Parts: sequence; structure tokens; C-alpha cells
Amino acid sequence: MGKTFKTIDEAVIRFAGDSGDGMQLTGGRFTETTAILGNDLSTLPDFPAEIRAPAGSLAGVSAFQIKFSSKDIHTPGDKPDVLVAMNPAALKVHRNELIPGGTMIINTDAFTKKNLKFAGYESNPLEDGSLDDYFTIIPIEMNKMVTAACEGLDMPPKLVGRTKNLFALGVLFYMYDRPLNSTEDWLKKKFKGKDSIIDANTKALNAGYNFGDTTELFMTRFKVEKANLPKGNYRNMNGNLATSLGLLAASEKSGLELFYGGYPITPASDILHTLATWKHFGVQTFQAEDEIAGMSSVVGAAFAGKLAITATSGPGVALKGEALGLGIITELPMVIINVQRGGPSTGLPTKTEQSDLNQALYGRNGEAPMPVIAAETPGDCFFAAYEACRIALKYMTPVMLLTDGYLANGSEPWKIPNVDDLEDIDVKFAHEKNSETDYLPYLRDEKTLSRPWAIPGTPELEHRLGGIEKAENTGHVSYDPENHHKMVEIRQEKVNRIQQDIAPTKVYGEDHGDMLVLSWGGTYGSCRSAVETLQEEGLKVSHAHIRWISPLPKDLGEIIIGFKNVLVPEINLGQFLRIIRAEYLVDAQGLNLVRGRPISALSIIETVKNTLG
Amino acid sequence: MTEVQTPPLTKKDFVSDQAVRWCPGCGDYAILAQTQKKMPTFGRKREDFVFVSGIGCSSRFPYYMNTYGFHSIHGRAPAIATGVKIANPDLSVWVVTGDGDGLSIGGNHFMHALRRNMDLNILMFNNRIYGLTKGQYSPTSEQGKKTKASPFGSIDYPLNPPSLALGAQATFVARTIDRWQKHLAEMLERSYQHDGGSLIEIYQNCNIFNDGAYEEYTGTEKLDNVIELKHGEPMLFAKDTKGIRLDGSKAIVVDMETHSVNDILIHDETNLDLAHIIANWTSSPVLPEPIGVIYCIDKPTYNQELVDQIDAAKKSKGLAKVQDLLNAGDTWIVN
Repeated sequence: MGKTFKTIDEAVIRFAGDSGDGMQLTGGRFTETTAILGNDLSTLPDFPAEIRAPAGSLAGVSAFQIKFSSKDIHTPGDKPDVLVAMNPAALKVHRNELIPGGTMIINTDAFTKKNLKFAGYESNPLEDGSLDDYFTIIPIEMNKMVTAACEGLDMPPKLVGRTKNLFALGVLFYMYDRPLNSTEDWLKKKFKGKDSIIDANTKALNAGYNFGDTTELFMTRFKVEKANLPKGNYRNMNGNLATSLGLLAASEKSGLELFYGGYPITPASDILHTLATWKHFGVQTFQAEDEIAGMSSVVGAAFAGKLAITATSGPGVALKGEALGLGIITELPMVIINVQRGGPSTGLPTKTEQSDLNQALYGRNGEAPMPVIAAETPGDCFFAAYEACRIALKYMTPVMLLTDGYLANGSEPWKIPNVDDLEDIDVKFAHEKNSETDYLPYLRDEKTLSRPWAIPGTPELEHRLGGIEKAENTGHVSYDPENHHKMVEIRQEKVNRIQQDIAPTKVYGEDHGDMLVLSWGGTYGSCRSAVETLQEEGLKVSHAHIRWISPLPKDLGEIIIGFKNVLVPEINLGQFLRIIRAEYLVDAQGLNLVRGRPISALSIIETVKNTLG
Repeated sequence: MTEVQTPPLTKKDFVSDQAVRWCPGCGDYAILAQTQKKMPTFGRKREDFVFVSGIGCSSRFPYYMNTYGFHSIHGRAPAIATGVKIANPDLSVWVVTGDGDGLSIGGNHFMHALRRNMDLNILMFNNRIYGLTKGQYSPTSEQGKKTKASPFGSIDYPLNPPSLALGAQATFVARTIDRWQKHLAEMLERSYQHDGGSLIEIYQNCNIFNDGAYEEYTGTEKLDNVIELKHGEPMLFAKDTKGIRLDGSKAIVVDMETHSVNDILIHDETNLDLAHIIANWTSSPVLPEPIGVIYCIDKPTYNQELVDQIDAAKKSKGLAKVQDLLNAGDTWIVN
């Protein structure tokens, strides 16, 4: 056939189609296969908030992007090399993001008059020449192809048409030289008992692969070699699953059973769904009547001695605020996860953002300090969730864990940790009185300032907690001005002392230079990627990433002093930036792009170069 | 070796060291005293009792009980108590709330705790007024009530807690009155014995902001306006001079001089249709106020069903380790 293989370092592919076209599934299968092949990868699912927007509409376009590489990568890529567009709307929404000269694989069968009109095209872009000068177009009659492939199967045409995503997947597997067997096995498992569906999808997948092989449209195939990842056992991991596993690991290591009380909300619901399947671990999940009840049940379960957890997104945190304050004044351990999405109000429910940092730090009445930790990659959600639990239990305090929509739904190869290697979580309930005559619920540990945890059912330690200010040591209701001032200070000091548990901040690159890129949360990958490129180009740029935002690490001030400029890229209007400026009196600058998607490495590179001139 | 016999608990064991801070003459004192008196008779260890409250006058209650207690935030007591009960189903969990706390700001939690048949004992002190915020009308205040917040008379219609509870699928609904000490004690006992969500609405007098709200049931003429419900017994009241019979689905009051006891409706706690009818008498000017157990049935509780599900999952899947979950799925080794 004369086809040639070209070995490349990395590729970025985007699948785009109607919500009903199965793009997330297609992307998911490509990801699993790519992971097993040993590439490093990073994914970005991007779907509409509407479950079924009108078929063919711009609002209904759903997309999935994956970057895979033979090198260590940190982001799902900026602009795709290949766009799979299953209908005119998908083409319209995504065409401007493809790299110039990129490849478009298009299902021409969907380019009907009706669909074109629906997508706002006055003429057919496949015929009017508007794409030809910019891209390599590979038009495929996918509906016809799958109809031919499934000929003879006793199946309604509508169902046959639904297999075209597997056809597209087959084409991409051919292009990038990936095996079909893991997807075939997956189909058998997924549609067990529905043989005709397994058959049709398998045929469509193979038809796509064979089409690639026989057509003259692909003269070059691409090879992406295995990435040189650290040794170990790997699996593909997304953020919400990693968070759930981290919580469960903390439950096992602490010996406390996990209680989860929450209310469904995008993009956090998968944590509830996942934990609900782990009943055999003793996990209790309670789907409450609202966000407030979810949080309140967590306070109750913490009082009764569970590892008490809730997860939500910004609007839910707003509703939980009062009960969070109760958790803070009663000094009970609990973890609140905010999978951030676009705001304010309902905002962009399925898109990512970092705009709830202020809410996490300040979103309660009174002086209500709460430790805040943020995860940096999908797989890191495991370690961040574990750490949040460990600190909550050690310091007897609510802890907020910030992830975001990108981390929650994105995935990456994940080196499976050994549970034995995780730091121990040592929980001791109070069993005896801690003074000569009484149990003093607010008598503190000198080092951590944590108070003892006596749970209902323990003889002789009966006591009352509540939201009214507590007298030092006894925990009785107190309106005394001096006591209140002291308790306000103690609650803050307790959070500050968590600094003694925070690992030193790692600086990627030199500890001094022209520019420090300072990041928190899900922008880690873009910042690291950008700094790698800038360093390769010889610029004196380093990267520091902050995990604990409250309290901040002790060493951050010294690190900042080593640089002439500080740049803080965030998906908000500068919430972390203002903290840095206020805490360290440094003239740091922000890079603030609030578009519901990750900040691109490219934009960081440009900003750094512009600043350094 | 001699066995050490723990002396039985008394009321004193349930009195905390905190000074009670309700207004002198408040109906809450009587409820507190009766609860402290009743608790030791249940034969449970003191440490197994948990009292959870929200915000309001009644919600100070846990501070005065020498048990585990949680004085929480406005309206959320049923949700917090739900967390406590799920976390440790062996505890006897009591919720103390009021008409504002439980029906207004916390109406949603009240409704759903009952719907789930969570084994909580909810004591709702209904004084038909906001006391702690100094006298605004509450969701149970009568229409036309003049308060600081309604100087021209309230235009809100009141709701009836037992009707709401029945609508929410509650499995135990009762009403009593702060001054009916013996009856109150009996209702506490019935609530404790009931395995499932239970509501006791307690008519409670606020002598500062709504004094005499229940005078017609507690004064000398009380028996004429009140019917004490007793399971399996005919519905007679006003010293048995009046009775109630059903005309279709409508309850009517009849004179016992002209009727036989055989014509009179027999109370059946397990009949939901009947319970709805009885609960509605509260809004009638001619029918007597129903006091006692309106409805009581057995139904599996949320807390027990959850325990059963977890036990079944453990049995079918066996002892689980997190490491196995981490290692599950499609994995590959990098050498």
C-alpha cells in the first residue's frame, strides 16, 4: 500500500459531536487504550449542561480532548492536531481551535440541509471551499459505512446509526496505530447479554479501522512511543474517582468508617455515586434533602465519631456556609470538597473554574478560619483528599478540599500507590475524664491545639456542644468578652499551626531568577508545561505550586524574594493573587482567563515573554 | 467475686449543672422536668441518649439535660440528628424544636426526617409565636394575630403539624399539652417505644409573648373542647356527654343523650385515613382538639435498612481492602 509510519512525540485529538453521539464514551475508550500502551496522557472532557439539547444544535455539542505523548506531559493540550466532527454544529463550534493545517475527520452524512441550517451555516463548508485552504479534510460517509458493516444484522437502522462513534474510533486507532482488543473486550462487558449490540459496535469499530487501512486518504500513520514514566503499576485515573479513593484510604488508615452526606450537584455527584457502591467497606452514603441537610448530617456524624465527608460545588458551598461555621466552632473533624465550576449562581455547571477560593477562605459569618487544600492533577486528588482527612482528624477541624471540573473529569496515567506507604492517621477517642472532676471538651493538645473527641455512647463524658461561643476548656456557653476574643484567636492559631505539617515548597528550576510562576490547584499542569518550555528556551523562569492555601506554607515568602517578577495564573480575576500581594507585599501580576476551561500553557508562555520583554 | 450492681438512674442523673434560663412561668420548665423524670425509666444507659436542637427558646433544652447534646443552628436539628443516628444507630436520639425552628426555617428537614422514618424522637414545642426574637407571628399563629411584625394582623394561614407529619408519611404522630404532665409522660414513653420517626407536638404556653394560647384546653372548661384519643375506644369527650361519629368521611359531634355508644367512632391508631380526618379537627370551630396518639404504625426504619444493606454488601463481597480497589481495573506495568 505504500503507507508510511511517522514517529511523533505527541498528539492532541478532539472528538466532537452531538450530545447523543457518544463522544465522551469514544474519548474514554481512546484514553484507556492509550494508557495501556504506556503513553503519558491528559484528557479534557467538555460537555453541555443540558442532558439532551436539541439534536444538531450548537448548544448540544459535546467534546473530548486527549493529549498523549512519549514524554512526561502536564496538560490536555492547547490546540488539537486532529478534530473529529460528527455533525455541522461540532465543526462550527470547534473549527477555529484546530491548529492550522490540522486534520479534520468529518461525518459527511450528518451534513444535511437541516443540520447545516441548525448550525447556522448558509452554505455547506465542505463544498464552499471555506475549509480547504486551512485544513486537511477527510470526509467519510460514516452512516453509510456502518450500515454496510452491519448488513445482515437484525437491527433497526436507528440503532445501527448509533455505532458511528465506534467507527470514528476505529479510524483514529488506525491513524495512531492502537489495538482494538481492549475496546472489543469492553463492549462485551458493557453490553453483556445484548449480543446484537456488541456485534454491531464491534463491526463498526473494525470497519473504521479497515477503512483507514484501505483508503488512500491516510498515507501516513503515526507512532507515539511509550513514555518514560517512573517504574510501577499504573492505571488511568480521573479526579472524582481519585478523590473517592483517597477518602476511602483515609477511612481504612484511620480505622473510622466513612459517612458521606450530600446532595447531587454537577460536577461533584460522581463522588456520591462512587462511594455509594462501596457499602462493603462500611461506607454510609446519605443523599440528603438539600445541601444544608447534607452538611448538617456531616456535622452530626462527626459528633458521633465517623470520618464525615461531603462534596459539592460552589452553589452548594454557599448553602452549607452556616453549618460549616457550626463545624468550626464545635471543632469537629470533617472534610468538605468543592469541585469548582463556573459561577456565580448556576453559572457554567459543566465547565471548570477556580473562582471559589474566596468563598472557601472567607465564605462564612464571623472569624471562621478553615484550612483549605487544593489538588493539582486528576490523580493528585487522591493524595489531597487523604491529606485533608488526615489534617481534619489531627487538628479536629473542618477542612475544605478544592478540586475543579477539569480535574474531576480529566484523567491521566496514575502510578498506583501502596496504602502502607501513606502517612498514618492516628485517631484516639476520649474515654476518660481529663480533669479531676470533669470532662473538659475544650481542653487542648499543646502542640496542635486540637480538643479531645468524646463520642456519644462513652460513659461519664456526657457533654453539650453548640453554636454559641464556648468557654475555654469547659465548653460551657459563654458571653464573656475576654473569653470570646481568646477563642477567636485560638481558632485562628489552630489553623496556623497546620504549617508544621506542610511539606516544604518545591521550586521547579532555580531558586532565583527573572520570573516565578506561582500556581495553585488545577492550573498546575499548564504552569509546569509553560515553565518547562521557557526554561528550554533559556529564560530564567521557575515554577512553584501551592497546595495548602490556608495556612500558606512557611517558606513561601523566602521563595518569592528570589525573583524579580511573580506571575499568578488563575481561572478567576485574581483571588490568589490578592492573597500573595497582601501577605508578602510583593508586586505580583495575574494572568486571569475565566472562560470555563483550563488556562493554556501557550498563554502563560506569551505572558511571561511579554513581561520579561 | 462480687458483682457490682450499678444503682438505677434517677431524675437527678439527667439534670445538668447549667442554670436554666427560660422566663419564669414558661411552659418549657414542665416539659424539661417531665423529660428528666421519664428518661431513667427507659432502662437505658445515660450515655446512649443524645438531644439535638436548633435555635429558639425550646432549643436551649439540651444544655439542661445531662446527656450528650448538640445545640445547633436554626432549623437543622433533624438533619444533624439524622447524621448522629446513621453514624450510630444504637443511640436514642431526640430532637427538640419549636414551631418556628421546625416548621418554618427547618420545615424541609422536619418533613424529610419523617418521610425516611429515621428513628428520631421529635419534640415540637408549639407556642404559636417566636419567643427568642421577641414576639413575631410563627407558622402556627392564627390568622389575624397582631404582633410587632404584623401590626395590622397576620395575613398568613397557620399550618397544622400533625397534618404535615402525616402527609410526610410519619409513622408516629401525637399531640400533648405542657400542663398535662401525666399525659406528656405517657406520650414520651410511646415515642421512645416507637421504632421509627416520631413527632410529639406539645402545646406549650409562652407566658410572655402569647400567654393563654391554649387556655381553652387547659382551663376549667378543658374537657368540653378537647378529646383524648385512646386506641380501640369510642371517641367520647366533654365528660362523655358528647361523641363523634362519621357521616361519610365527615366527622360530626353528637349528643350522647340521643345517641348510643355503638354509633360512635372507634379510634384506630393504625388507620391513616382516619388519622388525616382527626388531624384536621384542629382547624374546625366545632370539633374538639385531638390530644394523644393520632397515628402509629410499624414500618422499617431508614437507619435499620442502611445497616442491613451494609451487612448484606459485606457478606456478599467479603472483607475488602482499599489496596484491592486501587489495583482494580485496566492496569499496566512500567519497568
